[in-house]
Amino acid sequence: MSDGGWLLLAILLSSLGPGLAIFFLPERRYGLRTLLNLGGAGTKLVLVGWLLLSVLRGDEYQLSIPLLPGIDFVLAADALSLLFATLSAVLWFVTTVYAIGYLEGSPRRSRFFGFFSLCVSATVGIALSGNLITLLIFYELLTLATWPLVVHRGTPAALRAGRLYLGYTLTSGLVLFTAIVWLTLLAGAEPFVPGGYLGELATTHETTLKVLFVMLMIGFGVKAALVPLHSWLPIAMVAPAPVSALLHAVAVVKAGAFGIVRVVNDVYGAEVAMELGLAAGLVVIAAITILYGSIQALRTDDLKQRLAFSTVSQVSYIVLGVALAGPLGVIGGLVHLVHQGITKITLFFCAGNFAETLGIHKISELDGVGRRMPLTMLAFTLGALGMIGLPPLAGFVTKWHLGLGALEAQFHWVLVVLIASSLLNAAYFLPPVIRGWLGERRTPWHEHLVEHSGPTRFETHWMLLVPTLFVAALSLLGGLLAGMSLSPLDWVTLIVERDYSIPGFAP
Amino acid sequence: MSEAPAEMLPLAISGLVALSLTLAILATVWPRQAHRIGGYGAVLMAAAVVALSALFVAAGPEPESAATRVALGGWEAPLGVMLHLDGLSMTLLVLTGVVGLATSLYSLGYVHDPIERRQFWPLWLWLWAGLNMLLLSGDAFNLYISLEVVSLSAVALVAFTGTAAAVSGAMRYLLVNILGSLSFLMGVVLLFGEHGVLDLVLLEARTEIGPTERMAAVLMTAGLMLKAALFPLHVWLAPAHGSAPAPVSAVLSGLVVTGSFYLILRLWMGPFAPLATPAFGILVGLLGVAALVWGSAQALRSGRLKSIVAYSTVAQFGYLLIAFPLMLIESEAWKVVVFFAIVHALAKASVFLAAGTLQHAAGHDRVAEMGGVLRARGRTVFALGLAGVSLMGLPFTGGFIAKYLLLEAGLSTILAGSLIGVLWVIAIAGGGLLAAGYVLRMVAPAFHRGARDAGEAVSPWMDWVPLGLAVVAAAAGFAGTLTLHTLTLTPGAP
Repeated sequence: MSDGGWLLLAILLSSLGPGLAIFFLPERRYGLRTLLNLGGAGTKLVLVGWLLLSVLRGDEYQLSIPLLPGIDFVLAADALSLLFATLSAVLWFVTTVYAIGYLEGSPRRSRFFGFFSLCVSATVGIALSGNLITLLIFYELLTLATWPLVVHRGTPAALRAGRLYLGYTLTSGLVLFTAIVWLTLLAGAEPFVPGGYLGELATTHETTLKVLFVMLMIGFGVKAALVPLHSWLPIAMVAPAPVSALLHAVAVVKAGAFGIVRVVNDVYGAEVAMELGLAAGLVVIAAITILYGSIQALRTDDLKQRLAFSTVSQVSYIVLGVALAGPLGVIGGLVHLVHQGITKITLFFCAGNFAETLGIHKISELDGVGRRMPLTMLAFTLGALGMIGLPPLAGFVTKWHLGLGALEAQFHWVLVVLIASSLLNAAYFLPPVIRGWLGERRTPWHEHLVEHSGPTRFETHWMLLVPTLFVAALSLLGGLLAGMSLSPLDWVTLIVERDYSIPGFAP
Repeated sequence: MSEAPAEMLPLAISGLVALSLTLAILATVWPRQAHRIGGYGAVLMAAAVVALSALFVAAGPEPESAATRVALGGWEAPLGVMLHLDGLSMTLLVLTGVVGLATSLYSLGYVHDPIERRQFWPLWLWLWAGLNMLLLSGDAFNLYISLEVVSLSAVALVAFTGTAAAVSGAMRYLLVNILGSLSFLMGVVLLFGEHGVLDLVLLEARTEIGPTERMAAVLMTAGLMLKAALFPLHVWLAPAHGSAPAPVSAVLSGLVVTGSFYLILRLWMGPFAPLATPAFGILVGLLGVAALVWGSAQALRSGRLKSIVAYSTVAQFGYLLIAFPLMLIESEAWKVVVFFAIVHALAKASVFLAAGTLQHAAGHDRVAEMGGVLRARGRTVFALGLAGVSLMGLPFTGGFIAKYLLLEAGLSTILAGSLIGVLWVIAIAGGGLLAAGYVLRMVAPAFHRGARDAGEAVSPWMDWVPLGLAVVAAAAGFAGTLTLHTLTLTPGAP
């Protein structure tokens, strides 16, 4: 074990430790809890930043603890894990600030923030997992840690959503568990390797590998909300807004997508996945999900539900890119891991601001909100345009690369899907934007927040507004500065250069 | 290097037996001080077991150098009484020590009435001593005696609160135990009549497949299955375990049942090993699937906290039966079974202790009406949830590692060409989902919206011990390698 292994452990503990401590804090210790929350989030941010720079230099970090004879618990940092770890560390910090503002004065905050921190520890664990078993451990831990957040409000609807969430995720978790044990029996507890480690088995165990791939996709596909395994996600949006942001942008959905990326790239390897015809199957599923999610989003008037269906659709861009299995497609997919995260979290924060400040939950109630809350509406507009893929925003960078990747991989029909999906995106994201700016409100606003906690200096509580504007700025810069070094696109290109062993590729 | 620990082992083994008997006798003759003897004694005993296990592992790594047989009073078998320590008994001794210590500390808070205290502690210390002797006995008759000590003190413990439900539960439990013991004793007599020895090692060398052995195997196994509440002989368990005081339920579900299972395993790995045929294995496995489904269904239907936990024991023991056909194909799988039993015992004991705290606070254990107490007692619910996660077999807990090993064993029987393995794998994986269902029934009310009501005050022991034991059950996930290594120090086992 190199000394650097401790850095990985410290990154995990920077949220796990405060999380466990918060559980035991009495409800009224507001100051100490906030200190622990922000201290943990800040420490993690610094540590992940340090790790990022070291990995950029080419240092290697690994920590391995024997779990069972022949099976190790492995934490490792490669460029891909840093992509996800950095995303979740940054967004966790922002979401923590937002959640402190959002939950101010509400009961059971110690429990909430305890599980919130556990959830992020699990996410970073997924990012830093060095083999499938470690990934599975954190993946299941994430399921357990998010359930209390989904049911946090304790209403019958929340508990129903929680039951559905657990039903879906635990069942798929068992399928995943079985598949991973099986794969480990066949191939051993190998670490993730770019290009995969199943090359030899592909000739002897073709059918088994196909079955296992399907099982793995079911396991990860539930969290990634692939159709037809997506039903839990739109229902889970009953959770408080910071939780939705966490589910959709930082943790759960991303964990599923990240798992698929790992399996395709680092377990099977793009070549084996293509040879066995698995990648093509995944492209079809992803395309169906993209269109289905968009169509469902059109049909609902509830703002958060529309965002949830949009997530179903957008996360499949990641899957699509990876399944295209060529360098450009992979760049498009991986960069969307970040772009979808920052854009969707912006939209969810905005939805939370509308709901908390003015009690707005439906798109039809948005008329004229741009005058009452211009900054939030501006952020919402940036997020929506980014999702549609208007140049030069983040979504455009993704779609551009996905389109090139589809041509490169000879999937010409995917271009049609991408265009159709962009049109659908516009169809469901432009109405709220148009209503917000151009609509007119005739009755006075129902000042929900002011009634509860008194007048605010800005258009809403500053702890709700600042994070929203920050992530909106990120989503703008992600597209504008895509050509700069250390931009998401630059980092993803680095991953593909380092890990992608397809001959003849020059970015 | 390994000379010194190996030489000290016989003394340490006799010392442990002597210590457990001394504590039990002291508490019996001096009941006023019994709780002090028990409290300090429990710490001493746990320390002694840990020391013994350190010696034992240090005496390895060859099974023959670590496993020790001690002839009490210098009389060798077949005449004298032999104590026998190997990897299997060592790991279960450690389990008994850990759960015993936790239960004792919990009981310091739970049993506070002076009269109840005088009854509880001597009985509990006898039960513990009986378990230690059971694990260390090397011959069939001695096993019978220790089994009786365990059973009778357990019956008395179930009854000791004196309520109508407790006494009726205890009566059933007594009848079951007598029946089980008689059946076991008849088997012992048959074996003794045929071979003239009682020592298990000697018996193993002499057993051949004949009608007497078959009969003895059936009688002894049926008796033990009855005591271990293995499906379909489980009907007595839920009333007895559900109505007993919380620390007693924890010991019954965690240790006593596991003790009977240990004997079954010991007999079938030793003298009866030649009798096991694949068809018999499949039959046992099917019983296991039935137990899993039926026990979970009952746990999902029951309205009382403690009977949910008790039925979950029936369900979880189904896994042990499912493991039987796996052991016939993958002989190494017996270690998995033991590890599973250990992890289950730790988790189940902490669930029972947590349930006891909640029941005490609420004054009843009707789940539907416990919401207020569950909401107010986050620490205890956390313990319940954490141990529950272990029962479901999800990470980071011991249950996850045990489930991993079971799945691995199941899948390798499929790879070895056994079709019915598919059923075992589905049962092993699906059982976790059922467990999630009944654990959720216990934990979910804590998340409902509503008033909080901490109920009656509980002592700090009752507040913290369940959480401590739940953490141990979770940490067992990191003990997989050590446990499996200790288990390899069993001579003659695959």
